Amino acid sequence: MKILVMVKRVSDPNVMIRVSADNSSVDLNNVKMAINPFCEIAVEEAVRLKEAGIASEVVALSIGTSQSQEQLRTALAMGADRGILIESEGPLESLTVAKLTQKVIAEEQPGLVILGKQSTDTDNSQTGQMLASLMGWAQGTFASKLEIDGESINLTREVDSGLQTVRLSMPAVVTCDLRLNEPRFASLPNIMKAKRKPLDIKPIADFGVDLTPRIKTLMVETPNERQGGEVLSSVAELVEKLKTEKGVI
Amino acid sequence: MTILIIAEHDNKSLKEITLNTMTAATQIGGDIDVLVAGENCGSAADAAAAITGVRRVLVADHACYNGQLAENMAALIETLASDYSHIMAPTTTSGKNILPRLAATLDTSYFSDIISVESADTFKRTIYAGNAIETVQTADSIKVMTVRGTAFDLSETNGSATIEALSTVTDLGLSSFVNEELAESERPELTSANIVISGGRGMQNGENFSILEKVADKLGAAVGASRAAVDAGFVPNDMQVGQTGKIVAPDLYIAVGISGAIQHLAGMKDSKVIVAINKDPDAPIFSVADYGLVADLFDAVPELEQAL
Repeated sequence: MKILVMVKRVSDPNVMIRVSADNSSVDLNNVKMAINPFCEIAVEEAVRLKEAGIASEVVALSIGTSQSQEQLRTALAMGADRGILIESEGPLESLTVAKLTQKVIAEEQPGLVILGKQSTDTDNSQTGQMLASLMGWAQGTFASKLEIDGESINLTREVDSGLQTVRLSMPAVVTCDLRLNEPRFASLPNIMKAKRKPLDIKPIADFGVDLTPRIKTLMVETPNERQGGEVLSSVAELVEKLKTEKGVI
Repeated sequence: MTILIIAEHDNKSLKEITLNTMTAATQIGGDIDVLVAGENCGSAADAAAAITGVRRVLVADHACYNGQLAENMAALIETLASDYSHIMAPTTTSGKNILPRLAATLDTSYFSDIISVESADTFKRTIYAGNAIETVQTADSIKVMTVRGTAFDLSETNGSATIEALSTVTDLGLSSFVNEELAESERPELTSANIVISGGRGMQNGENFSILEKVADKLGAAVGASRAAVDAGFVPNDMQVGQTGKIVAPDLYIAVGISGAIQHLAGMKDSKVIVAINKDPDAPIFSVADYGLVADLFDAVPELEQAL
């Protein structure tokens, strides 16, 4: 079975971003970029399935600007066999990404697609669900445990009330939550090896997908900043302030 | 405008966040229906009928909706969608699972976790862990969205809407519900509690969360955790507050042994009063806290419990 794993280039989630001066977007100039942390978990899971003899090949797909090759190389260094970049000029809506991925699936015929549960830039949590819908496949979102059992998957999901286990028929789309695994660090030899792995760059226009945005961003603004308050000297003072000044206890 | 709200429930009762979603729908205006889909979900449907301002409650009661499987739920809502201009669900793991799938099925736009209704086609939502807010608009005829509970007040519940049973059964056979392990707790739910006390990596292990629980029991609070504490395996993921966990906005949030990473602040910085207890005076959490206590949490927390 082949696994398709999706990789997104995002700003480093530990870096505080700034809104552009004209309030039209987030200013990503000179911001450190990284692989979306949930995509890293997706790559790790795919590679583990290959190491366990369940998957035969791991193909990493990224849809984004030319620089996304860096994140694909990270995926290759972690153990993916080859990469595909669908090169776009700027950001794309999730539904468009799902439609482009659908075309890749038609060509690659994977038995399983693994994605992160959300990207830390747009915070949507939607591409995997949309892709499953377009394919007419089962979806297992927010996965914390994945077991493949013949033609189906036993999947444990992180839900608000605890854990939910579902059985999915294959092929399927799975999106990863934090506790699915702990991604490995790519070793230096593997980083070197990754440079020689195949990475296919395809122009977005070749896919025949309508790229017209459906959502218009009217404004991007900075939220009201919270001001730090006072540092207190004792627990007694804290309890007093919460009771009398704020009346919250 | 005609709006369909997908109710959040556990068959027996309606989750409060459905009432926050109702308020968002009311701000758009028009007729509002609520869909309750589940198995033996009659009492949840009765509770939905009591929401003030609801026109009709549609009930799909069938085994194939047990566990709210996204495949069957999206297929069910698709059969109803042409009657509606907006389809909304609370931002929960269920809403986030079902609605993006529905949006792709309908080939329409989806807005995740809106925090404000600007008009019938324009909404605000946060991006980059809450460090920016975008105002977004679509011309699509059906608008699908999830709604952040803490951003909208609760609607009232003195209504009496009509209840209609749906006979449609959309069992696609793609997935099946196996079981659920519910986190058992006598304490209030994280997302609706008036007071939340959360622990971070500074708690050192899961057992030490018991000192937070003692404070929580005195205050009637919920207990949360930072991603670091969940990552370290101290506590389960359903306790996680932050960008990739739950968003809370209680009257009082007490952060204990939490440094205040960007992704944690995203989940709690709309709380009315924030208290930080941390032994590192340079921890970023102090920059958002109304009251800070630079102290060893293992001294300060038991002392706090005694003082309450």
